[in-house]
Amino acid sequence: MSDQPLLVAEDLAKYFGARVGCREVGFELYEGEVLAVVGESGSGKSTLLRLLSGQSEPTRGRVMYRMRDGVTRDIVSLSEAERRFLFRTDWGFVHQDAAAGLRMGVSAGGNVGERLMAVGWRHYGKIRSEAETWLERVEIDPARIDEAPKVFSGGMRQRLQIARNLVTSPRLMFMDEPTGGLDVSVQARLLDLLRRLVADMGLAVVVVTHDLAVARLLSHRIMVMKEGRVIETGLTDQVLDDPREPYTQLLVSSILQV
Amino acid sequence: MTLEPMRAAASAVLEGGPGEGEYNFAYLDEQTKRMIRRAILKAIAIPGYQVPFASRDMPMPYGWGTGGIQVTAAILGPDDRLKVIDQGADDTTNAVSIRAFFARTAGVETTTRTHEASVIQTRHRIPELALGADQVLVYQVPIPEPLRFLEPRETETRVMHALADYGLMHVKLYEDIATHGHIAKTYDYPVKVEGRYVMDPSPTPKFDNPKMDNCAGLQLFGAGREKRIYAIPPFTSVKSLDFEDYPFEPNKFDAPCALCGATDTYLDEVITDDRGGRMFVCSDTDHCEDRQASGHRGHLHVDGPAARGTVA
Repeated sequence: MSDQPLLVAEDLAKYFGARVGCREVGFELYEGEVLAVVGESGSGKSTLLRLLSGQSEPTRGRVMYRMRDGVTRDIVSLSEAERRFLFRTDWGFVHQDAAAGLRMGVSAGGNVGERLMAVGWRHYGKIRSEAETWLERVEIDPARIDEAPKVFSGGMRQRLQIARNLVTSPRLMFMDEPTGGLDVSVQARLLDLLRRLVADMGLAVVVVTHDLAVARLLSHRIMVMKEGRVIETGLTDQVLDDPREPYTQLLVSSILQV
Repeated sequence: MTLEPMRAAASAVLEGGPGEGEYNFAYLDEQTKRMIRRAILKAIAIPGYQVPFASRDMPMPYGWGTGGIQVTAAILGPDDRLKVIDQGADDTTNAVSIRAFFARTAGVETTTRTHEASVIQTRHRIPELALGADQVLVYQVPIPEPLRFLEPRETETRVMHALADYGLMHVKLYEDIATHGHIAKTYDYPVKVEGRYVMDPSPTPKFDNPKMDNCAGLQLFGAGREKRIYAIPPFTSVKSLDFEDYPFEPNKFDAPCALCGATDTYLDEVITDDRGGRMFVCSDTDHCEDRQASGHRGHLHVDGPAARGTVA
């Protein structure tokens, strides 16, 4: 591990015409660190995630990423080929809707193996055994390797999506509402699994969520966004237990206590 | 295909042009042929890359070889000798019509003998006889995009080609092995050309894939409906995609050809009666006839032992 940050956002802003997507966002993310971005719908969380992962270009500011060779580069300056390569080797992206991150008609093994084949694996047996290993690690029965995700439950799809992303041992994961649409017990299992994998692999994660429970369980640090700006940031337990901003206080107090 | 007769034909046209009720040489007008030749030159310069071209309406329906016929029209010269095959045979409807079409509109000589032809237009097969350096093989291609059924967006498949992002192609092969235990694709089998572009070899059986590799003749592919031309220049490497532990294997046949006894050719199944009788014969009719003429006999040949028995 290095003492240099893995990902740096500097004064990021994105405008859609006169409308603000997000603005004045800056942070540093180190290896093995999990950052949660919370806020209500429309607060600019997903826009920020798209900027960070190079899927859209910021109006102002830049995103710097330290590549595997140690060179720090501006995400925007990467060519399409380099960005794609980054996306299938060093990065992962877990979508809220598993159908957006999986090939629904392709078997679980094919889904997990796709990245391996994209980086040049050409041995069927090895690809398959690697896929089996990963299915086991995300608690999917390896006997179901030849079934397509369209016959999987929501929770299994989400776990398959995670396996598909982690198979090339990325260093950075982006997650967009990874537990959205799952029932609570399935959410709990998924979070448990994510926490273990993140710790095992020393992954850096940017997780976008409106669910403060996800932030509390998964993240080390938290950023609260409102109307496109970061209004509060700090250690997760500190922010959640002792929120300073009125909006954060409102968010925290909106959680149902059973 | 030499330049001089082509120029002569072109200048004849420029001077007089086709008369009343006549066709221009090889049907297409000279400007169209120039446009197609430019696309062909570009295709040869970038082996396996699909060059878009302004495909014209031809006097036949899409799917009958409108792409191949335009490529042939663009490269034909008055001295060329044309052979047309459909599924390997010279006497099927499509082959007969296209041969008649060029005999009428270009007045070129036609032939059914592979070694005599300078231009061979084909649908589905590559002749068994290896192509020579002075021969051009023109393929009729229905769907030129090998990634079509994996990625429906044309914009995306073009980016994938541009970035050589071909992981998806192997996902397809992986799925085949996972479901069938082997790579089940038997025709249209994807190849990688000169280590760069993944290419659809048109619906030729995978039996013919090895013939494309390091071939002495020029291979041109025309897709009329999809408006694409691509090429394999002579002596270009063409590798069929596979896995290390599931290597590419051409189709194999259990029996020799019933007419000429060949064991190394691609065979067609021919139903001979309504009681389940059938025979396997070479799909390349010219090759089969050649072999019979030089004395090779299969078990159902009229002079063969079995056939003689039944005739008597």
